[in-house]
Formats: sequence, C-alpha cells, structure tokens
Amino acid sequence: MTTTTTTTTVPATPAMSAASAVSAVDMSVDLAGRHLPSPMMTASGCAANGRELGRFFDVAELGAFVTKSVMADPRSGRGTPRMAETPSGMLNSIGLQGPGITSFVENDLAWLKQAGARTLVSIAGNTSGEFADVAATLRASDAFDAVVGVEVNISCPNVANRGLVFACDPLASAKVIALVREQLPRDVPIFAKLTPDVTDIVSVAQSCVKAGADGLTMINTLLGMVIDTDLLRPQVAGVTGGLSGPAVRPVAVRAVWQTRAAMLEGRLPFVPIIGVGGVRTGRDALELVAAGASAVQVGTATFNDPSAPVRVGRELAGLLHDKGFERLADVVGIAHERVAR
Amino acid sequence: MSEATTRHTRPGGGVVQVTGELIATRRAGAYHHLTFVAPGIAELARPGQFVALAVGGPTSANLLRRCFSIHKVSPSGTYGGTVDVVVAAHGPGTQWISELRAHDEVDIVGPLGRAFPLPKEPVPCVLVGGGYGSAPLFWLAEALRARGCHVEVVLGAATESRLFGVVEARRYADGVTVTTDDGSMGTKGWVSDVLPDVIRRTGAAVVYGCGPMAMLRSITDVATAEGAVAQVAVEESMACGVGVCMTCVMPVVDASGVTKMVRSCVEGPVFRGDRVRWDAFSDGLCRVPDDAVGAPRAGGH
Repeated sequence: MTTTTTTTTVPATPAMSAASAVSAVDMSVDLAGRHLPSPMMTASGCAANGRELGRFFDVAELGAFVTKSVMADPRSGRGTPRMAETPSGMLNSIGLQGPGITSFVENDLAWLKQAGARTLVSIAGNTSGEFADVAATLRASDAFDAVVGVEVNISCPNVANRGLVFACDPLASAKVIALVREQLPRDVPIFAKLTPDVTDIVSVAQSCVKAGADGLTMINTLLGMVIDTDLLRPQVAGVTGGLSGPAVRPVAVRAVWQTRAAMLEGRLPFVPIIGVGGVRTGRDALELVAAGASAVQVGTATFNDPSAPVRVGRELAGLLHDKGFERLADVVGIAHERVAR
Repeated sequence: MSEATTRHTRPGGGVVQVTGELIATRRAGAYHHLTFVAPGIAELARPGQFVALAVGGPTSANLLRRCFSIHKVSPSGTYGGTVDVVVAAHGPGTQWISELRAHDEVDIVGPLGRAFPLPKEPVPCVLVGGGYGSAPLFWLAEALRARGCHVEVVLGAATESRLFGVVEARRYADGVTVTTDDGSMGTKGWVSDVLPDVIRRTGAAVVYGCGPMAMLRSITDVATAEGAVAQVAVEESMACGVGVCMTCVMPVVDASGVTKMVRSCVEGPVFRGDRVRWDAFSDGLCRVPDDAVGAPRAGGH
C-alpha cells in the first residue's frame, strides 16, 4: 500500500482510480444509529430539495440529501440582490425562502422518497414552538420513512433579528432541541446546526447534546457584510448575510476540532459531528474528517460544480485508498492523535 | 482533448456538464464573441436558454458561475457540437472569459432555463434587443421564420459600439430598426421610442425582448398598449444557474393571479412581460411585494 499523496482532483485515469478506490475503502458511516453507505451529503440551502441536482447525479448515491431549511408557513425570503461574490466564497442573504412544511412533505419529501434518497430534513422556526410544529408535521407525513435524521437549523444568520439566532445562546438552543426531540421517534436522530459566531462553540454543543441532540452539524455561515463601492451602500438587500465557501473552511476545521477535543477530554459525550464549511475537494473533506467529522456536507462548491457532492466523495475515497486506509471510520478525528507535543 | 467529453449527464435530465474547448474568439464592438466545442448542449438547446460557465479554473477564487444566453448552436461542427456566447467584460469573471484563447478549456453547464415560447400560428413578431442582450434573438428569428412568421428586429444601445448583431439581424430578419442613445447609429433615442410604430406597421402579435430590466419593462408597457404579448428574457444575477442557490428570484404572477418569488434560472429566464411585477424593481433593488406568497410581515425576513 503506497503512502503517496496523489491528488485526485484531476486524476490521470479518473474512471479507474475512482472506481477501484470506492470499492476498496469502506466509506460507510454509523450516524447516531443510522447506517449510511457514504459520508457525503449536500448542505442545507445549497442544494434546493433534490430535483435540481437530480439532473446531474443520482441523489441516492449520497449518504444523505440535506434539504433547504423549511418553516411552518410558505416564506418569500428577502428581496434582491441576495448575494455578493467574495474571495473564495460568497455572501448570501436569502432569508429562508421556502414552501412551508405542508407543501414540503407532499411535494419535495415525496419526490426524494421515490428517488430513493436518504433524507436529512433541515427545519427552522421563528420560535421554539414553531420548530416543534414543523417536526410534528414532518413525523406525521407519508414520506417520513425516507427521513434518516432531522437537522435543526438554530443558526441561520438571515433572520430579522440577528440577536435571536438561537445558537448564540446555550439556553435558547437547548429549548429548541428539547422541543424537537419530543416530537420525533427515538430512532430518528436530530442534529443541531451550530454557528461559529460565538465565543465558545463547545458550550453551545454541550447544551444541545444535554437537551437531546444526537449529533452536531457545524458550521453554518458566518455573519458578514459587503459594501458596493460604486453605490456606497450595502451590496445585498438584507444588508448583512452569511459568508460561505472555501474562505471559511479553516473556521469549520477549527470548530470541529474544538468540539471533538472536548469529547476526547470528557467534557462532552461522544456524538457524531457532521462537518460542513468550504469543502470543494476530497482533500478539504479529509481535513474535516481528520479533525473529527464522521460525515461531510458540500455546500457552496455545488454552485461552482453541481456534481461536487458526489465528486468530493469519490476524491475522498481515492485519498484514503492512496494513504492505505481501509475504513473511513478509522480516520475520524485522527489528527488529534498526531499533534506534536 | 479526450477530456472534452460530456460528464455528469443523467438520461432525460435535459442538461449536460461538459468541459468546453474554445475554438474561436473575436471582438464584436464592445463585446467578445466566443465559440466553444461543447458536446451535448447544441442538441438540447432552444432559443432563450442559457449556459453557465465556471471561471478561473479548478482552484479559482471566483466560485460563482457566469450565465450567458446562448447566441447560437451548431450540433454538428467539424469538432463536435458548438455553442456561442457573447460576453461583456465588466468584472473579474467576465474579464477572465474574454481573455481566453483558442484551445483553453471551460466547464460549461447547459442548456438551462426555459426557452422563448413560439407561436402556433405564423403571426408577425418583433424581436427587441438592448446591447448584447440581442445575442439570442437571431436564432429565435430563424426559428420564427421557419414557422412562416414575419420577423422584424429592433436593436438599441447607448452607442454604436455597444450594439450587437446589426449585420446578423439584416440576414435573419425581414426588417431591422436601430436606435442609439447618442445617435451614432440609427435613430437617436430608445427602442421604446420606435417600437410602437414597428408593432403597428407589422401588426405584431408577439414582442420578444432581451436586455436590461428597465428596457424589458418599457417593452412590456408598449407591447401591452399595442395589444401584443411581450415575452422577455430577464438578466438577474445568478450564483449557480441550476436552481439551487435561490439568489436570482423575482416576483412573478402565476396563472391564478398569485405573486410568487420565483427563480429566474429555472422558471425563467423567459417570462410573459405582463406577469412580471415591475413595480417591485427600483434603484437596483427588487423588493418583495406585500401581496406575494409568504411576504415578510412586520420585522422582515
């Protein structure tokens, strides 16, 4: 087994290396009791609800398809402009546009189910009670058996009162998680999606796990702002927005690292971490895995390459194969064992 | 060029992602006209659809795709199917594209969006283009004339160098009218100044438009006043072009009279002009109309 670090971004023989690596490495993940054949996921808000990317790849090929955060009622989102390109990233200010949970389960979740997609449904709410209502409607839906978990988006920065981002406050986070947990069967894991825009992300993670979160998704976007220097006014209509893309990847790696470290130190129970933030290549995904992520979401890179979520998975498998690993699970958090002391 | 093959295509998806190879690039006034070998796109594309180009190569710091309406396609060129686009270099992405040289490669996704609907009867049509917004109108003219439609083209721009396709218009249309803001070519003024007369003279039933939002609004107003239907292709900034980023939305009234914020990349870029809520656009912004589905209540979104 070679230890050469051949990049698979532009492989010499793509078909050969990808196929053999995928078959040689066990990429399966046990995510809070749910077995997934792959660690790769879309990221909420970067993949719509399935049909669009289904034109480019088989959504059932993913470990899980993560849907755009859905609230109780239909929501128009904000006016435009809604985005600004930034160095190696972008600022978005969408405002949680969506069809509402009733339309979502009848149209989008039903489509994902017939497509064979394991679905991680992202839910949001203006109040903790709204989160619970959305979860209850989801549980009661015909397509609920397609759901492998629920991601609780307590960290979207594009809400009217930025001070009300739940994940900035451990108590508010715990309340939402506890109410959602009550609405869902025990065998449906819930993941708290956290923001890195806090002084201590571990304390928010502790609060969420204590309240019943089975896992953590980190990170959401960072609150940012761009000024249009021709007009000398904010470039997005919502004034501030969420910063994403490769520019924020080191922040995601740091957040996953700190949280995994807290688990290793006994300050936090061992729960799976879904790493997300700036992943564009298999090598980026490997960073998050080595820092402690059991699964990886691909977000903004999908705008650049609509097949990125599955491409990154093939590249990750190729990298693990090249490095002599037989199981993805053996690499989760491995960098913590290799810190120079 | 074994890599210039179609990738990530699912049967029936109607869209392909290919590594396109630039085979021709030339200046066209203030613009650049590029031809790519891009297998699979030409066979699927229809006038009004667009392509999304990745810029800067695989490690680019500019992640967002740049979207261009398709100027023309050729399914069976010497090197395989080709697709042509017209680019105005006004930012780092379009600058990069305009500096490409022959045999450079670009990742292309397309065709995307909904095409211009064609009339069932051979009715007279007027095609209006602002600046390089005229790019998709010539193969539209070809398609309309193939159905027996009388086709006239109106091209407008700030100045002569910002017109695109005057010569092509004369080849593909039965009549051409040109306007420039400064009078450097054709009639001095705007397309909306000459449009009422062209519609009346031809008895046009459909007015097709592509160009800046303000122009599309005035085309719609004129067409509606003259009893014609406006079909306009909008230019909204997009991050992905494939329907997943939700940045290119605009308020459009559906068949039941309800206003929704819809994605111009998948539900457009062509809309019936009288369905677009032009009242929401001003000062470079688009607000969510109060009566739109799910519009913000007090406090906003």
